[in-house]
Amino acid sequence: MSSKTELTAYENKSLLRFTTSGSVDDGKSTLIGRLLYETNCIFEDQFAAVERTSQRRGDKRVDLALLLDGLAAEREQGITIDVAYRYFTTAKRKFIIADTPGHEQYTRNMVTGASTSQLAIILIDARHGVVTQSRRHGFLISLLQIPHLVVAVNKMDLVDYSEAAFRRIVEDYTEFSQKLDIHDISFIPISALDGDNVTTRSPNMPWYDGHTLLHMLENVQVSADKNYVDFRFPVQNVLRPNLDFRGFSGNVTSGTIRVGEEIATLPSGKISRIKSIVTYDGELEEAFAGQAVTLTLEDEIDISRGDMIVRRNNLPHVGNEFDVNLCWLDEQPMNPRTHYLLKHTTQKVKAYISGIHYRINVNTLHRETTDHFALNEIGRVTIKSSRPLFFDSYRVNQGTGSFILIDPLSNHTVAAGMIRGQPRDVKSVTHTRHAESLRSANVHWEGGMISRQSWEQRNGHKAAVIWCTGLSGAGKSTVAKGLISALFARQCQVMMLDGDNVRHGLCGDLGFSDQDRSENIRRVGETARLFYEQGNIVICTFISPFHDDRGFVRSILPQGAFHEVYIKCDLSVCKRRDPKGLYRRAEAGEIKEFTGIDSPYEEPENAEVVVETDIDSVESIVAQLEAYLLERGIIS
Amino acid sequence: MTHLKQLEQESIHIIREVVAEFRNPVMLYSVGKDSAVMIRLAQKAFHPGRFPFPLMHVDTGYKFPEMYRFRDSLVERIGARLIVESNTQAVERGTHPAQLGNDKCCQQLKTRALLDAIAKHRFDAAFGGARRDEEKSRAKERFFSVRDEFGQWDPKNQRPELWNLYNADIGERESVRIFPLSNWTELDVWQYIKLENIPLVPLYFSQSRQVIELNGITIPFEYANLVDPERKLGLSDAETKQVGCRFRSLGCIPCTGAVVSDAQTIDDIIQEVIDARRSERENRIIDLTSDSSMEQKKREGYF
Repeated sequence: MSSKTELTAYENKSLLRFTTSGSVDDGKSTLIGRLLYETNCIFEDQFAAVERTSQRRGDKRVDLALLLDGLAAEREQGITIDVAYRYFTTAKRKFIIADTPGHEQYTRNMVTGASTSQLAIILIDARHGVVTQSRRHGFLISLLQIPHLVVAVNKMDLVDYSEAAFRRIVEDYTEFSQKLDIHDISFIPISALDGDNVTTRSPNMPWYDGHTLLHMLENVQVSADKNYVDFRFPVQNVLRPNLDFRGFSGNVTSGTIRVGEEIATLPSGKISRIKSIVTYDGELEEAFAGQAVTLTLEDEIDISRGDMIVRRNNLPHVGNEFDVNLCWLDEQPMNPRTHYLLKHTTQKVKAYISGIHYRINVNTLHRETTDHFALNEIGRVTIKSSRPLFFDSYRVNQGTGSFILIDPLSNHTVAAGMIRGQPRDVKSVTHTRHAESLRSANVHWEGGMISRQSWEQRNGHKAAVIWCTGLSGAGKSTVAKGLISALFARQCQVMMLDGDNVRHGLCGDLGFSDQDRSENIRRVGETARLFYEQGNIVICTFISPFHDDRGFVRSILPQGAFHEVYIKCDLSVCKRRDPKGLYRRAEAGEIKEFTGIDSPYEEPENAEVVVETDIDSVESIVAQLEAYLLERGIIS
Repeated sequence: MTHLKQLEQESIHIIREVVAEFRNPVMLYSVGKDSAVMIRLAQKAFHPGRFPFPLMHVDTGYKFPEMYRFRDSLVERIGARLIVESNTQAVERGTHPAQLGNDKCCQQLKTRALLDAIAKHRFDAAFGGARRDEEKSRAKERFFSVRDEFGQWDPKNQRPELWNLYNADIGERESVRIFPLSNWTELDVWQYIKLENIPLVPLYFSQSRQVIELNGITIPFEYANLVDPERKLGLSDAETKQVGCRFRSLGCIPCTGAVVSDAQTIDDIIQEVIDARRSERENRIIDLTSDSSMEQKKREGYF
């Protein structure tokens, strides 16, 4: 029985939304039934109702899973066919479970359930180990950027509570998860049927010294997952209850804002200050991510629904073309020739799919070429909208990085999109420029007081980004160091960004999945741009194996600022050099996705300079590069 | 942020989206505790203004007298516009659960009346206080539940709802039921009522009442007279007893039972809900006809 003190705890608890997935018969519904049952969230009459159904079906015992199957069709077939939401509470936390089915055809439901979750539980049957579906679920969790993953190895009772069976699954899944963008992953051996390690420690598995599942759910830290940096406030409604009040209501999507702070409004670019933060419960001094508030401004500015209020010095991307991970949710396949409605924050605009890059086979994670997506298919596309959107990449900001597509004929929600960033192919540089000019028309970059031209005049040379790409061991760093010495001697202002160095700090949180490699290059590209704008010759040495990523860096710089240098060297020579012993380890299987071994290197097609380190000496290559810079008028 | 604050912000966001995206929304008002919370959220969403839609009470004529009194005083206090609609034809025919059966009675007095009212006023969105924790089929409901021109729910053909992006686009004669309290539980509702100090119909609190057992459900005797003045629901004074009881959820008199309880304050009730081993709708006869009776009603246009 609860006491009075507990009553206060119940009022001040936090909230955790999580999703569960597993393949058919992994015992997912049983696990949820168990959690509800053990936390006293199943009522006697609900229990009696499933008892009746269980008896009618002739089950041997009451099937806890029946508590979850909400629709008549499911109860008859014994499977879950749609997302169901379940609730339970402890004194510490309230839990919302999005229970999503594991069948292949229901990727759509899993994406839906995952979109609002802070944690995901993947169930793996201890007898069967890591199966295709476990990998698919992991991929979707990574795609949807759920911050925390718990892998529950279920049915331990059926493998005699074997530690070896558990360890094997931990190893297999850990290895697989290296390819994904998942940072917090835990494993736990359970038996949902009997309750081992669900809410109490199992006496059957003394070798397991971790926490119970409920303990993990109650204690996982989720407050840090929110973006409290970038203030974004999409305007939902304009409130004009009387002539003296004009407020803009909405939810703070991310970041914080205080009364008196300077803001900019998009798309107009007008600047003002926050006059008040109004709520029914009184005015606030500060509003933060997640709060529903009404803002009033010092100045009369024309703002309507769909506009965005942001901090003057922290702007989202503004653009009408973006690079996107898209999941198709409708029976009717994608039609790239038609217009859809795109809903993003509080904006609704016309949009169409202007390019399809690839489809991802969710079972093998391989990229496949295609000209459209069908139900449950996921891949990467470029989308063009009729009006500019104010967006951030989904990785950085879910609220301003996500959107849905609506079919204007059927009114169905046909796709879910996660914005990766601005389009990365070179052709679209003009669009990026356009977005840029739109952004800088009214709002100015911080630190732009001294122009690049002034820096260049003082330094006595032009700014440039020299991008050295090539295999590991091709000699990128060696060439770069030689070039730096030569430029130093010429009294040039030089900055070097090296693959290994940025991996320690700036990109220390990234792995080597395709996605992480792309993000690595994006960050380096943005960093290079900052140094470029202050007049530096920026020398970057990165394997950067993908066309798209190198094209992206080119696209964010002004025409003629990016110089691609292909440091060419035969793979066999690189392997022989192997300065860091990486090839040896990759061939031994110790390192996965190593460029040249089990991950491709896409050779540059239009590099400004190609040098061959297996033929020429370092000195002669440095001389070649100096000659190039002279010829281009970068140095004199 | 506490769980209550997070739930509150989510609901306010939804209410604001509906006002921005729909032409003519209405908020269903059943005079119960969930409606009371929903109204408070609507007030918060549009403060310092008033919420820009009317309230509508679908009246079966069988509600408790305390509920009518409470309804009228609330509407006056907050200055809202109230629409009262009922299936007058059925009421005139004397539709009654004892005569028609529970399911048919509900179908006529609630579902039919609601659908007719939505059509009459051309509402394109109707807020309801239903929660997913109430019943199995409601667990599958969306925040935005699209209904065809007959108000029917098609559980197999629902729109996915991702992040906080709600698709409000509908066809010519379709409408949408909006459930801003989807993620709330009975406990959350009570805690919020306490936190916000929201006034409620006194029937929710325990009092000593003269009751009678009918089909295993406890009904206060005074209401037998009100509902069925001639036959008094077939009950006699001799069968009554005096007990402390309250209503956990409020519906029509003939179909809403009381629960034995000493809970006289909100704190008592919260304690009772935490300790409860029986669900809140167990006293609602309409849910018990079969394991999927709610689903059936929802398919026909019920909330």
